[in-house]
Amino acid sequence: MSSSFSKGSARSLGIAIAVVLVLGMIAVPVIGSRALVQDLFSVLTLLVLALNWNMLAGFAGLVSVGQQAFVGIGAYVMFACTILWGLDPLVGVLVGGVAAMLFSIPMAFFAFRLNGAYFAIGTWAVADIARLVASQWTALGGGTGTSLPKGTTKDMFGVPFVKDLLDVSSAAAADAVTYWLALALALAMLTISYVFLRSKMGLGLQAVRDNLEAARSVGINPTRLKALVFTLCAFGTGLTGALIFIQITRVTPQAAFAVIDWTAFVIFIVVIGGIGTLPGPILGALVFYALERLLADYGTVYLIALGLLGIAVMLFARRGLWGLITDRTGFDLLPLGHAPPAPLSETRQPVPERT
Amino acid sequence: MAILSLQNVSKSFGALKVTDDVRFELAEGEALGIIGPNGAGKSTLFNLIAGNLRPDEGVITLSGRDVTGESPMQRCASGVGRSFQIPQPFGHLSVYENLLVAARFGGGVSGHDAPALCMDILRRTGLAESAAKPAGSLSLLSRKRLELARAMATRPRVILLDEIAGGLTDGECVELVATIRGIHGEGIAIIWIEHVLHALTSVVERLMVLNFGKMLMIGAPDEVMASPEVKEIYLGIEV
Ligand SMILES: Nc1ncnc2c1ncn2[C@@H]1O[C@H](COP(=O)(O)OP(=O)(O)OP(=O)(O)O)[C@@H](O)[C@H]1O
Ligand SMILES: [Mg+2]
Repeated sequence: MSSSFSKGSARSLGIAIAVVLVLGMIAVPVIGSRALVQDLFSVLTLLVLALNWNMLAGFAGLVSVGQQAFVGIGAYVMFACTILWGLDPLVGVLVGGVAAMLFSIPMAFFAFRLNGAYFAIGTWAVADIARLVASQWTALGGGTGTSLPKGTTKDMFGVPFVKDLLDVSSAAAADAVTYWLALALALAMLTISYVFLRSKMGLGLQAVRDNLEAARSVGINPTRLKALVFTLCAFGTGLTGALIFIQITRVTPQAAFAVIDWTAFVIFIVVIGGIGTLPGPILGALVFYALERLLADYGTVYLIALGLLGIAVMLFARRGLWGLITDRTGFDLLPLGHAPPAPLSETRQPVPERT
Repeated sequence: MAILSLQNVSKSFGALKVTDDVRFELAEGEALGIIGPNGAGKSTLFNLIAGNLRPDEGVITLSGRDVTGESPMQRCASGVGRSFQIPQPFGHLSVYENLLVAARFGGGVSGHDAPALCMDILRRTGLAESAAKPAGSLSLLSRKRLELARAMATRPRVILLDEIAGGLTDGECVELVATIRGIHGEGIAIIWIEHVLHALTSVVERLMVLNFGKMLMIGAPDEVMASPEVKEIYLGIEV
């Protein structure tokens, strides 16, 4: 039993490290620079987008290239809530997420008729239609977009309180609030993904991904599971999009519905990190951020380097960097599998953790 | 009442009539064998019974209830468990998880009871050693066992087995026959398509011969095998 003991202690060590990391990240706006807060905000929001795309492509077999639709809708509806209807931007974030989710329902009706590459192209086409519609929204600046009025984030929920608490400028306090929200979103997304994937429905979803016909024949309703995941991921992506654009403070159809920023980079993150795993997107987001920092000054060279790295990973490490690590060390953080009960013993074994 | 009945069921692919006016009843707990040359429409008949294909004509009932329009998922819930001739594992899931998902969804087994049920089935099908392996890494023979095991995990009232004995050694074949007899002994009705005739006839009570989509004969195995027509089709195949 020594091996299971060391596994158990590795697990507690992992949990301890995770708790320290999370506490450290919560403290960043208090002890770190504003630039660091902003950088980590973008890493965290990319991570949430990546976790959502990974859920679709890695676990549901839904390779969407239209995630920018949800980012854009989230952003635009948040702007509408704030500018047109005078709501708090954070309420706008929530409404933006709901709007993205509502949009995903008819989108699913259309896209679920398509398979494989056609699904990918179909989602992209729908996202482009959404972009065109947004550019007709004259109250929000039409094709040229619009900005949040000066001082909007100063009065945002929680900002005056944080301003006093940390004794910083309103702008820094707004950065801190959005940062904490991004952190909360990332942690929530990780937790929900983990719990869901280990549940009955999560197992069914992975069966559908692996073999649709067999899944139907063991009593699974594939459409229901896929629709559930698609709409929930639209909600998560819409929330994140709205939050990102509070930070950016300016929205245009091109920026909010950018396939490169909100889908291509996200796919890159998931693929190099390790698709179909939960630590993969975390690793991928960190690598992506590091590359961006190192190579940002080189313009196109940066994009070429990203492309080459992506291709290399797809060719030589199909399970991504996290796959390489688990293969080498045999250690898997956040394992999703259901371990079989010990086969040799006749006595009743404790049931493996399930939800 | 018959657990399964097919009335005048027909199915064509283009101009090719692959199932031609098939009609039979399967009694509760009965074991029926199906034989016939390659391309006779045996697997197609399974696809029709399990709902993977819709018949062009005819009615399929389970315990008297018309299920002709129901999806594979609903038929599984009504008690039809099937294997695929070409194994269709959930490749990224472990062997154990392949059964777990079948037991939880199709079998309606609770999260508390499922692990023990699945391990029991894995033991009976000789897969216990491979429980933790990814199903995609199994050999063809193990994949066929997994087809049987996963169908069992849906806790069926009728189980459809499509050529699961091919390629086995004599010893393995004896084990397989014992496993299928065990399923039969639990009162589960069986339809078994098999080219390995001695294995088949040692289990089933009735034998059906399909040829060009038509039922040529159905009856007691020795009577069917003694018929001149069947002998003609099976000329060259050892009996
Ligand atoms: N989806 C399909 N579309 C078109 N033709 C098909 C399809 N499925 C089966 N067929 C054809 O129907 C005929 C019967 O196929 P089926 O698989 O039912 O035969 P079988 O009796 O199971 O043969 P075998 O012993 O080789 O498994 C074959 O000619 C096959 O090519
Ligand atoms: Mg066949």
